[in-house]
Amino acid sequence: MTTANTSEPFSETRIVTRRLHERPDDSWTIDGALASGAYDSLRQVLAQGDPSAVQAEATASGLRGRGGANFSTGQKWSFLPKDTFPRYLVVNGDEGEPSTFKDRMLLERDPHQLLEGIVIASYAIQCNLAFIYVRGEFALGHDRLMRAIADARAKGFIGKDIQGSGFDLDVVVHRGAGAYICGEETALLESLEGERGMPRLKPPFPAIEGLYAKPTVVNNVETLSTLPHIVRMGGEEYAKLGMARSTGTRVCALSGHVKRPGNYEVEFGCTFRDIIFGLGGGIRDDNALKFFLPGGASFQWLVEEHLDEPYDMDHAAQKLGTSLGSGAVMVFDETTDPVRVAWRLAKFYSHESCGKCTPCREGTGWVEKILYRILHGYASPEDFEMVCDVADNISPNFMAAPFNQTTLCPLGPSVASPIASLAKYYRDEIIERIAAQQAEVPA
Amino acid sequence: MTTGQAQTDTELVTLTIDGREVQARKGELLIKVAQENGVYIPRFCWHERMEPVGMCRMCLVQVDGMRGFPPACTTPVAEGMVAHTDTEPVKKIQDGVLEFLLINHPLDCPVCDRGGECPLQDQTLAFGPGESRFTEEKRHFEKPIPLSGLVLLDRERCIQCGRCTRFAEEIAGDPLIDFGERSDRMQVVTFPDEPFSSYFSGNTVQICPVGALLSKPYRFKARPWDLSTSETTCTTCAVGCRGALQSSSNRLLRLLGVDLDAVNQGWLCDKGRYGYEWVHADERVLEPSVRVRNAMVDVSWPEALEAVANELQRAIELHGPSSVAVLGGARGSNEDAYAWVRLAKGVIGTDNVDAQLGDGLPADAVLGLPRAEIDDLDQAAAIVLLGPDLKEELPVLYLRVKQAAVSKKVPLLDLAPVDVGLTPYATAVSRTVPGEEGVAAERLVAAIGGRASGDAGIDAFAAAATGRSGPVVVVLGRGSVAQSAAPTMRAAAAFAALPNVRFLSALRRGNVHGALDLGLAPGFLPGRVTLDAGRGWFAPIWQTVPKERGLDAEGILRAAADGKVRVLVLLGADPVADFPDTDLARRAIDGAGYVVAVDAFLSESTRRADAFLPCTVWGEKAGTTTNLEGRVQRLGRKVSPEGTTMDDWRIAGELAVRLGNDFDLEFVDEVTDEIATVAPAHAGARSQLLRRSRDGVVLPVREHLHEIMVRTGDLNIMAEDGPAVSWDPIRVDAAEPSEEGDAAHEVDEARGEAERLEREAPAHHEWDRAANVGDAPGRDAYALRLVSGRELYDGGRITTCSPSLAPLRKDSALMVHPQDLARIGVEEGTQVRVTSSRATVTLPVRTHPSVPAGTARLPFTADGRGASELIDTTTMVTDLRVETIS
Ligand SMILES: Cc1cc2nc3c(=O)[nH]c(=O)nc-3n(C[C@H](O)[C@H](O)[C@H](O)COP(=O)(O)O)c2cc1C
Ligand code: SF4
Ligand code: SF4
Ligand code: SF4
Ligand code: FES
Repeated sequence: MTTANTSEPFSETRIVTRRLHERPDDSWTIDGALASGAYDSLRQVLAQGDPSAVQAEATASGLRGRGGANFSTGQKWSFLPKDTFPRYLVVNGDEGEPSTFKDRMLLERDPHQLLEGIVIASYAIQCNLAFIYVRGEFALGHDRLMRAIADARAKGFIGKDIQGSGFDLDVVVHRGAGAYICGEETALLESLEGERGMPRLKPPFPAIEGLYAKPTVVNNVETLSTLPHIVRMGGEEYAKLGMARSTGTRVCALSGHVKRPGNYEVEFGCTFRDIIFGLGGGIRDDNALKFFLPGGASFQWLVEEHLDEPYDMDHAAQKLGTSLGSGAVMVFDETTDPVRVAWRLAKFYSHESCGKCTPCREGTGWVEKILYRILHGYASPEDFEMVCDVADNISPNFMAAPFNQTTLCPLGPSVASPIASLAKYYRDEIIERIAAQQAEVPA
Repeated sequence: MTTGQAQTDTELVTLTIDGREVQARKGELLIKVAQENGVYIPRFCWHERMEPVGMCRMCLVQVDGMRGFPPACTTPVAEGMVAHTDTEPVKKIQDGVLEFLLINHPLDCPVCDRGGECPLQDQTLAFGPGESRFTEEKRHFEKPIPLSGLVLLDRERCIQCGRCTRFAEEIAGDPLIDFGERSDRMQVVTFPDEPFSSYFSGNTVQICPVGALLSKPYRFKARPWDLSTSETTCTTCAVGCRGALQSSSNRLLRLLGVDLDAVNQGWLCDKGRYGYEWVHADERVLEPSVRVRNAMVDVSWPEALEAVANELQRAIELHGPSSVAVLGGARGSNEDAYAWVRLAKGVIGTDNVDAQLGDGLPADAVLGLPRAEIDDLDQAAAIVLLGPDLKEELPVLYLRVKQAAVSKKVPLLDLAPVDVGLTPYATAVSRTVPGEEGVAAERLVAAIGGRASGDAGIDAFAAAATGRSGPVVVVLGRGSVAQSAAPTMRAAAAFAALPNVRFLSALRRGNVHGALDLGLAPGFLPGRVTLDAGRGWFAPIWQTVPKERGLDAEGILRAAADGKVRVLVLLGADPVADFPDTDLARRAIDGAGYVVAVDAFLSESTRRADAFLPCTVWGEKAGTTTNLEGRVQRLGRKVSPEGTTMDDWRIAGELAVRLGNDFDLEFVDEVTDEIATVAPAHAGARSQLLRRSRDGVVLPVREHLHEIMVRTGDLNIMAEDGPAVSWDPIRVDAAEPSEEGDAAHEVDEARGEAERLEREAPAHHEWDRAANVGDAPGRDAYALRLVSGRELYDGGRITTCSPSLAPLRKDSALMVHPQDLARIGVEEGTQVRVTSSRATVTLPVRTHPSVPAGTARLPFTADGRGASELIDTTTMVTDLRVETIS
């Protein structure tokens, strides 16, 4: 086994990030995009004229959603009830998961790739109206997207009778107002409808009753950006990339205490070491790694012993008790206080709790308050057990994954992940620390 | 109108709850099925009358084969389901959720109105943790803030269950409250500068599971365990909502909605809920008085009764029975109405009697049209609305029509003259020129018959109704009191040609239907029989029967104004305020020889009375009332009358004795029983049966015997063991009368009585649709046709004498279409001169999009510049000229 601070050379597999790397100065313009093959896949699809063939390619590619839930895209499309129209495609560009910034790059740097994916997906599911929900803070991304839509419309890639195929598609852009929960697909639909962003009860699932109670597919920006390439390469060819049921590539947003943070497109099946060291250049100041968050902020942490585990969705869920989630890897070095990280994450979830259900609305705030006391030396030794029990009341049997929930949506249980991670790796350290703090307090 | 409507799911499934096998209808929610089978799953957000939302997470259970912990309130039962509600993991979750709910809860139970009947207290005791581990600072908010003039919100106590916000949107259709902010700062908010001014806001207080929502009138008034309760019926309007009336120390303190499936389904409007305040108003008249040389002098009851009897005797002797007239009686009980009819028609012999005040519909039609029940709305093929704004005049009927249209997807046609509360829910809207309602009705008949009507909206509606089973329910009333009833009657004549049509009459006074049923109308005798048909039946029972048909309210007032009425009895009536033509009403009061007021308050009409006989009011008396569908229900007597007031029926009896005819009626139940024996439509509706039947009985009893549900329990507000239920649908357990059960006896007796009267007594009156009505006159191009109706918070006693309701009145203005305002050439809000053939008044004018061009709307408020000064009852419609003041 290689030691922690060595790095093997490792390179990206650029598919969805190819154009933006190759044409750093104009990848987002219609001319730059057309010059590098944009809309060729769309033309191919329209020329072929068979929506179900596109669906078949998507299924064959093994593509799984890049929004965080890792659900098979082809299968999701197949849930739409036949012959129920209108139906809608909703593009999830709300990207609010802490440390995740891949969709932002795809929007800002390659909006035509996304639009092409949207038209292909819409054609595949036969919808004539697509909605793009863009995170409100993405000012540049929004501007470039609007420009791209206007240009694509002018060129006949969006609008009536696209490229003479008889297929119509209109696209509506909606800007979010800064709520993390609006990234959750049903809360997003509520928000799109002008309601307060709170998740809906499922069932009914969006595929049956989604936007305006019509059948709806919600797909992530990266998921859709991948489609033109699946069409170009063929589903089976795409499926050869990656490992097992994690096919293809994934844009991994690497951040934290690494030398070279950034978005890296990697093929599934590489290791965390390849990402953190091979691409990220290792830990800053060549410090030791303390722990890392393997998939956004909502899942359990991993530590040094996991560096050589494969970057694979099922492996993460079944063997490591965590998830590759939104595809972001956040790295923390030996100088980090894990309690501080846990507290900061709890503060985020408490702040972002939509308030709809009791355990999350009340529990996340309570967790945050207890962690704050532990962090600042106002805790008693029982407090750590208590915070674990509170986490258990939000997510029964919270140390295990996949998690249970007493909540209505998965946001609440996300707060249990840092607690579980603390309990798994740092319990003794924390108990000792509380005892030491208590000893300092004058009687 | 054939078959084809969706069937409700009646398939039964077998499932297991906590090891016990139970049966239930497929698709019912687990939480409900469990409760019906004796397993109470704790809950906060779920309310049986609203869509489940799964917010509070108190009801999580385990179901074999389902991952995790599904909420029982959102899980439909299915064949073979195995559910567990009391496993260790479930109990831990219940503990956890309650602990979460309590961490930020202020626990100020000692000063909380809900304390003692609080689901949060009760469920914590039953399912929660014994202690709190929370040592942090609780969330703080300013203690109660007003959401409206009636409802306060204590945000610290709120558990964010969303019952109130969902009620406002889903049930009331007034989405004026919603959640603001998120996480543990989430709170119920109103929109900036827009109060929660729903007419149904009080329901949110009743269903709030904590003391977060508070009624201003009830706040700090009582502890729940000090309240004593009687079931009663609201008589503020003719819907007849069921309620639980509560008092302490002889003061009425609260009215809660009781869930009567067939009528109000648990809801009340705010006027009904808070209107009890007027019972204790300082303005109540509590001692009898008579006029002695232009001044009212308090006298004893015997003196007062003697004086009135003498006047009556003298009038009869000198001028004949027809010189006596009785106006009113629509606000009392059935027993009051019957006793007064018996006095007027059966003792005095006058038929100049009218419970309505020229603002309703001809008794002939109300009594004779085929009737619908409120519950028919949900199963109707279609609903047609031709009448006033139900939201203003019959609020809970508005809720029921809305529910039918929205939840049950029954096509609704709005033929009201201006936009009304139900307009947003209508399948189609057709605005006709006021006065020409008959044309719209004829179009509808054509469209339903498959012919093009010439009105696209009506055609679309007919298409939506085609193929649906069930009756066509027409809600029929006066769309405007500024026009005569004739256009409405012409429309009714047309509607009557529809197949399977039934009517709900939209008359608003609390017991107007009971009063008309019992003969408080010219040409009728008790039990929906005409004077002519019933003469032979009543002659041997009563002392006398009027010789010929008498005058209606307008006729009586004209006769009085001409000096032809010697004694005018105002039975809780205020014609100066309520009759559409104020001027005529004033002249009538002045012209009547002797005015007897049987009332609880002085009014412009009764101020001039020669004798004032103070009566008891709702809350102080027992008896029965009849709602607009013909349902007879009991009134609860909760407080003792103050002063020396007397029930109206007893006053009639006392006067009868003094006129030489002893009714021999000692108790109110005896009056009820006499009605059940002599009034054909009421045959069998005896006091004993009414006491036993949970939902009252619908007249005629014989046709509705199968609907009778016999009570098997008491009103359940504070359960003896287990949680308080006043926040959940309050019900009385009932069963269908069984063959051998003791209740079968009463039902059998009712059947026998009804059959006997059917054989012996005259037939019930049926409406003759060959009503002969002329067309409305043309309107000149510069005139605006006046439309006028009541607002909920009008100038009536209940509003003006209830301190909590009085401030809710809006000031009146003439509402016109923006185009018409431009033509008049003034700014919004300017005072203008408004002239009708009757009078000229000065009013502010405003625009409102609900008013079609060519029409002007003015509320019929009692004081201020109401429409009643402008309305000319001698013409079919009232046209206005509106001019600038210069
Ligand atoms: C709390 C929460 C936040 C989420 N935020 C996002 C987000 O910002 N972007 C996103 O694409 N998916 C997000 N998701 C996942 C979506 O619900 C949904 O699964 C996804 O948009 C589906 O698209 P995909 O199948 O293409 O991944 C979130 C889920 C949860 C529970
Ligand atoms: S878990 Fe949190 S975010 Fe999700 S519905 Fe409940 S309160 Fe809202
Ligand atoms: S005010 Fe009452 S009913 Fe409304 S959300 Fe809060 S607890 Fe529920
Ligand atoms: S709708 Fe009528 S009967 Fe019902 S509560 Fe209101 S006033 Fe009373
Ligand atoms: S009662 Fe089921 S979640 Fe609230």
